[in-house]
Amino acid sequence: MQELNAPSTTSPRSPRPVPQADSGEISGDSRSRNGHGPKAWWKKRFRPGEFLIEKGITAVSFLSFAFIALIFVFVFREALPILTPGEVKEKGETESVRQESYGDDTPAAELRQEIDERAKSVEDFEEGSAHAGNLAGTIWQPVSSQPKYGLAPLVVGSLKVTTVAILVSAPIAILAALFTAAFAPKWAKELLKPAIEVLAGIPSVVIGFFALMAMASFMQNTLGYEYRLNAFIGGLALSLAVIPIIYTITEDSLSRVPRVMTEASLALGASKWQTAAFVVLPAATPGIFAGVLLGIGRAFGETMIVLMATGNASMLSGDLFEPVRTMSATIGAEMGEVVFGDTHYTVLFFIGAVLFIFTFALNAIAELFIRQRLMKRFEGQ
Amino acid sequence: MKKLARAFLGLSIPLLSGLCAIVIVLVVLIVMGEVILGGWSTLTWEFLSTGPKAGMTEGGIYPAIIGTLLLVVMMSIAGVPIGTITALYLSEYASQRSILARLIRFAVNTLAGVPAIVFGLFGLGFFIQFVGSGIDNILTGGADLKWGQPNILWASLTMALLTLPVVIVSVEEAIKAVPRELREASLALGATKWETIRKVVLPNSITGILTGGILAVSRGAGEVAPILFTGAAYFLPQLPGSLSDQFMELGYHIYIMSTQSPDVEATRGIQYATTLVLLLLTFALNFSAIFLRYKIRTRKLR
Repeated sequence: MQELNAPSTTSPRSPRPVPQADSGEISGDSRSRNGHGPKAWWKKRFRPGEFLIEKGITAVSFLSFAFIALIFVFVFREALPILTPGEVKEKGETESVRQESYGDDTPAAELRQEIDERAKSVEDFEEGSAHAGNLAGTIWQPVSSQPKYGLAPLVVGSLKVTTVAILVSAPIAILAALFTAAFAPKWAKELLKPAIEVLAGIPSVVIGFFALMAMASFMQNTLGYEYRLNAFIGGLALSLAVIPIIYTITEDSLSRVPRVMTEASLALGASKWQTAAFVVLPAATPGIFAGVLLGIGRAFGETMIVLMATGNASMLSGDLFEPVRTMSATIGAEMGEVVFGDTHYTVLFFIGAVLFIFTFALNAIAELFIRQRLMKRFEGQ
Repeated sequence: MKKLARAFLGLSIPLLSGLCAIVIVLVVLIVMGEVILGGWSTLTWEFLSTGPKAGMTEGGIYPAIIGTLLLVVMMSIAGVPIGTITALYLSEYASQRSILARLIRFAVNTLAGVPAIVFGLFGLGFFIQFVGSGIDNILTGGADLKWGQPNILWASLTMALLTLPVVIVSVEEAIKAVPRELREASLALGATKWETIRKVVLPNSITGILTGGILAVSRGAGEVAPILFTGAAYFLPQLPGSLSDQFMELGYHIYIMSTQSPDVEATRGIQYATTLVLLLLTFALNFSAIFLRYKIRTRKLR
């Protein structure tokens, strides 16, 4: 199921004709069927029905491209006023009274005081306005009499949580994939693969719930840090969502390492583990790298898990055991309560646009790695 | 010395990697066990068939179940046909090297990679603010806010977009599994391309379309971020009666109950049981999809 999130390496969308296609998938069959065969189009009998159906199908399938374009346009359209300071509308009345409370309440209240104190030290922000310069501030405090839209704590929060998630999930997922590809007996494979599918199928809100209710208290009792919900717990929970992605793609590229390579290595007298560690693993590096990139993208964009497990206090600090508020969680928590068209609304859309661009770039790079480096290495020799 | 290092590596690499595999299996078991043990005692028929009572501290999750079902049904009605047609185009009509086909593949991949919360933003910016408010302006001149606010229609459409790549990928896989001989036999008998697709390709890939739909439903039922501000509601006294109503949803219910309810401890049982219901629902869907997919892959020429 998780493979759907990734640019699957199995589908034949390689732009150049692949010399020795590994299966019949790419070969002539689709090309000879689509009307570019030997017979020229003007010699064929024109069938209006067929023609209309083909055009209709083409038009409908073009929709998915249209949707991407629309997402791009509309997320950026709402975020645009931020780059043109003059056009930002006045703040709405309704939101200033509201005080938010997310996640665990007791530490959040203490934190809020702390944040307020920190906020007092920096007061030279323009009231109610947001533009490119203002976003660079270090305080995120959108709901107050003097709203501040500094993105730094959110960006740092996202980075902290993502770092923890990748540091935990990447080694586990890659080693487990290596285990499946190189060492595992059949029964172990048949246990591990369904386990990964199950893990991939657990909804993120369930993982978030598990982290919030069970994992957070357990880890706090074990490690004894101060705040129950923090960046570390968020990252740990996120790694549960990231492991299937990295595992699937790593396993895919490991199993695509040509048999010639492993057999040559074994024939030269290398043992099983030497082949695995020094031949198979290095050969699949671009694929593994792509998997990690996609994992980063997922961790960065994931909302529900971090919304429930990180404590959601926008503090700027390097401590992994302090609560954080990530970019995606900020959108999720605050968008429901803003006034349409207001500065806060615009800033949230701006954050969304940044998330969009970032994950888009990561996906593009990952696909490039799989398509060009990995396939070239295995096919071009 | 070198020998020793080699022996150590030779032992530790398989052991370490095996350990990681065990960790993954254990984690899955722990998450499942925690949710099942926590929710089992609260999960009764009454819990499934009644609405929340006494300020959400008692009662069941009936409206949330119905809301989730309505959401995924409407999502499938919108998403599955578009996904199927796109898959048909990609595998039957488009030349693999045509610019349009590559553009569409690129779009599908991108769509699969966009974070769920961005879909939520899009739903808000496009469906609610642009389309919804536009309809309101045309119908009532903007005086009456009916479509320009979160409701189940916009939530379903947002979710349909999110699950579109899921449908496309699995339908395409199923269409590819239809043997080439069947198509050629049909064409050789004088059927046109569309006749071949309608009478041979589609009937033979109906399982794949079903699989795509099921996987999409499972994904849609589990995602909360896109509906956070496009239509899900905390509590509603009655079920949604029209397309412009808000709705309760299982995942959103879990999120709200575990983070925003005044007394988290008091509703612990309800939260666990709701999570268990959502988990069972997505698993049932996923397993049936895996089973169907397995059937497609092992199918013989009929």
